[in-house]
Amino acid sequence: MWGFLSTEILFFGGILCGYTVYRLLYPQAWVHGSELNSLWLGVAMTVVLLASSLTMALAVRAAQLGRSNAIVGFLLITIALGLVFLSLKAYEYYGHWVHHLIPGFNFSGYQAPDQHQVALFVVFYFFLTLLHAAHMIIGVGVLSVIAFLAHRGRFSAIDHGPVEIVGLYWHFVDIVWLFLFPLLYLVGAHQ
Amino acid sequence: MTTEVRSVRFYVSVFLALLVLTALTTSVAEVDLGALNSPVAMLIAATKAALVALFFMHLRWSGYRIRFAAIAGLLWLSLMFAFVLGDIATRHIPQQPSGWSNLTGGQASSNPATPLN
Repeated sequence: MWGFLSTEILFFGGILCGYTVYRLLYPQAWVHGSELNSLWLGVAMTVVLLASSLTMALAVRAAQLGRSNAIVGFLLITIALGLVFLSLKAYEYYGHWVHHLIPGFNFSGYQAPDQHQVALFVVFYFFLTLLHAAHMIIGVGVLSVIAFLAHRGRFSAIDHGPVEIVGLYWHFVDIVWLFLFPLLYLVGAHQ
Repeated sequence: MTTEVRSVRFYVSVFLALLVLTALTTSVAEVDLGALNSPVAMLIAATKAALVALFFMHLRWSGYRIRFAAIAGLLWLSLMFAFVLGDIATRHIPQQPSGWSNLTGGQASSNPATPLN
């Protein structure tokens, strides 16, 4: 699993590298671009995702102790928190839609001399967050299967590999967000 | 993988530390530290990532093979950043691609290299 996560580091890392290059070229546009995002929505999503990582860790702990009911309970909370995160994300995207801030479709919501550079920031924003949200959706799906298997009594204290594996995946997706949050929401917060 | 089970209190403590760091990075971001803005934000993000990886993902108690796989990704990532940024730092790149002057109504067409910021 860690081998797969290593490739995932580079999957997201490639886009982050592009982000860094253009941020160095257009620092001021990155400041303006991140101001288009709601800081408090970003904070709320971060807290929700961190809480889901806690319940995921507790689900793995329950698996180590062989408590199937506790596994199911913690996984259901984790899934619920994941869905809350995705709902906040969808609400945020809806805001971009309403304010015409979607490059390539309708970016008339931001009119300034540096609008093309800011549009580039927003393109990175959409690529990074959509890729992250896709990982979240896959994670919620796999968690549902694992919760169902736990409910059926598939796991025990000595045989619960799948719970640990999906836990690693979920925590990794959390870590990606821990970097996306400052890069996409906090760049212009001091203005 | 370790067979020893951590306490619920331990995991909740890690979570609380992550919340404190989130509050810290958000409030520090309101302050203009000049060139230090990004390094501070990235340092806090890396600390949070380390907390998750070491304790939630149990890397702290993992064997060397697991650690090797985890570090391999970071190694290649740092190589990619090092070569790409080294290239960017050592060549001249105009602030605005010349084709963009037409898109902005020709304001910048007299001098395509003028920074728009």
